[in-house]
Amino acid sequence: MGENSLRLPSSIDLAPSRRFTETFPEWLHEWVVTVDHKRLGMLYIVYAIFFLLVAGAQAIAIRIQLAFPGNHFLVAQAYNRFFTMHGTTMVFLVGMPILFGFGNYVVPLQIGARDMAYPRLNAFSFWLTAFGGLFLYYSFLGGGGLYGVGTAPDVGWWAYAPLTAKAFSPGHATDYWALALIASGFGTLGTAINIIATVISMRCKGMTMMRLPLFSWLMLVVSSLTLITITPLTAAQIMLVIDRYLGGHFFDTQAGGSAVIWMHFFWIFGHPEVYVLVLPAFAIANEVIPVFSRKAIFGYPAMVAASVGIAFISLSVWAHHMFTVGMTSVSNTFFVLSTMMVGIPTGIKIFNWLATMWGGKIRFATPMLFCTAFLYQFLIAGLTGIMLSVAPWNWQLHNSYFVIAHFHYVLVGAIVFCIFGAIYYWYPKATGRMLDEKLGKWHFWLFLIGFHVTFDTMHFVGILGMPRSIYTYQPDRGWNTLNLIVSSGGIIQGVAVLLFAINLIWSYFYGQEAGNDPWDAWTLEWGTSSPPPPYNFAEDPVVRSRRPLWDLKHPEDPDWEYES
Amino acid sequence: MHPICSLPIRSCVVSCLSSALLWMPVGPEATPSTLAPASTPAFEIHALSLFVLSITGCIFLTVAGLLTYVIIKYRTKQADRLSEPAQIYGSTQIELAWTVIPVLIVIVLFLTTARLIFAIQDAPEPESALDVTVIGHQFWWEVRYPKLGIITANELHVPRSSEQAPVPTYLALLSADVDHSFWIPQLAGKTDLIPNHPNATWINPLAPGLYLGQCAQFCGAQHALMLLRVYVDDPDQFSTWVKNQQQPAVEDPRVTEGRQVFETQPCMSCHAIQGTAATGRFGPDLTHLMSRETIGSGAADNNVQNLKGWIRDPASLKRGCLMPAMQLNDQQLDQVTEYLATLR
Repeated sequence: MGENSLRLPSSIDLAPSRRFTETFPEWLHEWVVTVDHKRLGMLYIVYAIFFLLVAGAQAIAIRIQLAFPGNHFLVAQAYNRFFTMHGTTMVFLVGMPILFGFGNYVVPLQIGARDMAYPRLNAFSFWLTAFGGLFLYYSFLGGGGLYGVGTAPDVGWWAYAPLTAKAFSPGHATDYWALALIASGFGTLGTAINIIATVISMRCKGMTMMRLPLFSWLMLVVSSLTLITITPLTAAQIMLVIDRYLGGHFFDTQAGGSAVIWMHFFWIFGHPEVYVLVLPAFAIANEVIPVFSRKAIFGYPAMVAASVGIAFISLSVWAHHMFTVGMTSVSNTFFVLSTMMVGIPTGIKIFNWLATMWGGKIRFATPMLFCTAFLYQFLIAGLTGIMLSVAPWNWQLHNSYFVIAHFHYVLVGAIVFCIFGAIYYWYPKATGRMLDEKLGKWHFWLFLIGFHVTFDTMHFVGILGMPRSIYTYQPDRGWNTLNLIVSSGGIIQGVAVLLFAINLIWSYFYGQEAGNDPWDAWTLEWGTSSPPPPYNFAEDPVVRSRRPLWDLKHPEDPDWEYES
Repeated sequence: MHPICSLPIRSCVVSCLSSALLWMPVGPEATPSTLAPASTPAFEIHALSLFVLSITGCIFLTVAGLLTYVIIKYRTKQADRLSEPAQIYGSTQIELAWTVIPVLIVIVLFLTTARLIFAIQDAPEPESALDVTVIGHQFWWEVRYPKLGIITANELHVPRSSEQAPVPTYLALLSADVDHSFWIPQLAGKTDLIPNHPNATWINPLAPGLYLGQCAQFCGAQHALMLLRVYVDDPDQFSTWVKNQQQPAVEDPRVTEGRQVFETQPCMSCHAIQGTAATGRFGPDLTHLMSRETIGSGAADNNVQNLKGWIRDPASLKRGCLMPAMQLNDQQLDQVTEYLATLR
């Protein structure tokens, strides 16, 4: 076998025909019974984008209600349902599925595998997650019981006890919430196990762990973290259901139960969950930034170590969500320290991206635009995170709009920006066509402006004392102008996302042909056709470095001469 | 009115500067801003926040500046790209440098923070302190002064403290149902009221006046209208208020019919009026109802008209609150309102 047995696939036409020769039922049947990681990945992503639009619409409704003091667009109960569903949907039906969708699609291609380790488990996990989502939304019809008018959960996505107890939340809305998350949680666990098994055991010949592309490395870290963090959430949900239906008293404060225990269970899930969501965003930036800067990632071992370090430290920071619940001063101090320590590996990552761009030749195509904005926004999100970790200051800022601004900077400014970048980056691989660059730039700039109008302003409203979760506010508090600005930014973001949705559909039919490797990239997924054939590669690739396609394109200066 | 002047940020910046530079307590403001502290824990928190803000601000300027430099310096048009740039794979020295500097910053921030956590949280209660118990309910605040024998609702009165004769107020925080959170931004950070988990906090306000806040932990349908008012009174004003609150309810013979309505209708099973048969504890104590400026935990001003509307149908002012519409006829409604209006 030669030094590089990987051949560019141009000699063999692998691309499946894009002409529809099958009937619609056949086509549908194929998608429903598929165990192909690429199709399941796309199902995850389409499912998540659908719910992104739904939860985005809820956010717009929330912002219309808050645009003016004493507004009557939504009544209190409807508002409470909307923000509960917005949060739950965005975390469990958008964030997790879309990131696992990318993991599903990209990881096997990137490690030169023919599929995931357990294709059937993969399909099972997707459909379980999908069922969870539909079940949650069925609560709009069924939450009030057969005789009621129907309702959705209204306890907040954190669902603090004892508000979730039967006494305070009668009806079935809270049960839909708990059971839907148990179901989708099991789906998530299945996918996490699958990705771990795939990365550990399905790598192609020559791909040692230290040659594993960073995207796949981070998906491995994320999946391991998911296994640890979904477990306490599922346990807590089961306890909640026992409380509600079998007379348990875990969280029943009237009978000696503990409201604080729920918070611990929820946040030991909830904080690592933030990293479950943001590490894939880092993973995306790890692919996009080097390719568009035309340089190898700076400090690969440091990036791997920092990711593992973030995952590890993130397991010990959960109670920084609980500085106001009356823990002892010693506990508070511990969680201040552990939280601040997350800043260190995170800082290392930002500096490494910066060093990757330094001295490069940076092309600002749409994926890179999104990832560049991500760098600024994640920097700010990290710094507001440091502010919130200062417990005494947190006593002021906690549950105010400052916190909302901070975590939307993480979830939108970092994660959603990276997800958009990822879609622009891998869409050509998945469909064979480029997304339209012009629409892409409109999408980027509008979304960027809308994002900053909304979430920058939100910090100030919080500092001025406006708490979260309120459906209305007093007109004399001095929050009116700022809230109107926040709301108008929301509309701009909505327009941008619609442009994006149009781009997705238009480009599928009329986009420019992509070819195998439109970005001149270096990882294995670009070494097969677009879209890739079933089982991905004509022959099993063999790699000698982290950038097999670089070696192929630059035989005079291959990476493996420099990598130790 | 100039639109710029009406922006709250401006007044907050002014008060922020004055309090930071001169260490002067500013008075109460309509905007419950964390930047306008008027009490001891809020002062220290504010000072610490400025320190942290300056450090994080420097980090932001440095990193964002570098990033902007890189973007401008190294951007390329597609056509310019003839060859790949030099490939650099990493540098252990540089990695070490940008690990050690953040570690040092974290140490500084951590030690400063830890010091203040202990200073605020473990401050011993002085002899001169006033004890108040606040109990959160869906969606109102029960306020008790155990040593003074006072029970009221939604509006706290506390004495103004001073450097020479400190009279801090120590608050015990309980909940009757779900989680709530006590937050008056100008006075102190928030502390949660959690059932079966007693909490405490303290304030030491230095400037008199009315301070606004509201429940800061989502507690159900009307979390948004669970408003909170703290009156910081000068010492003599405070003792006048205490004396009045310690009296039993006013007995005005002109409103006997109203009192009878109150005592024969379900009102009395939820509300208490000292010196009468009404001893309910599910709703606010009404002994000195008219000494309060708002009803419905801040949902409306406390006047006869609003009071009548509230008794007829509380949902019209606060949809989702737990008090039902009382189904009184017009005569009963007038009588009971007149009676309540005498409870000064």
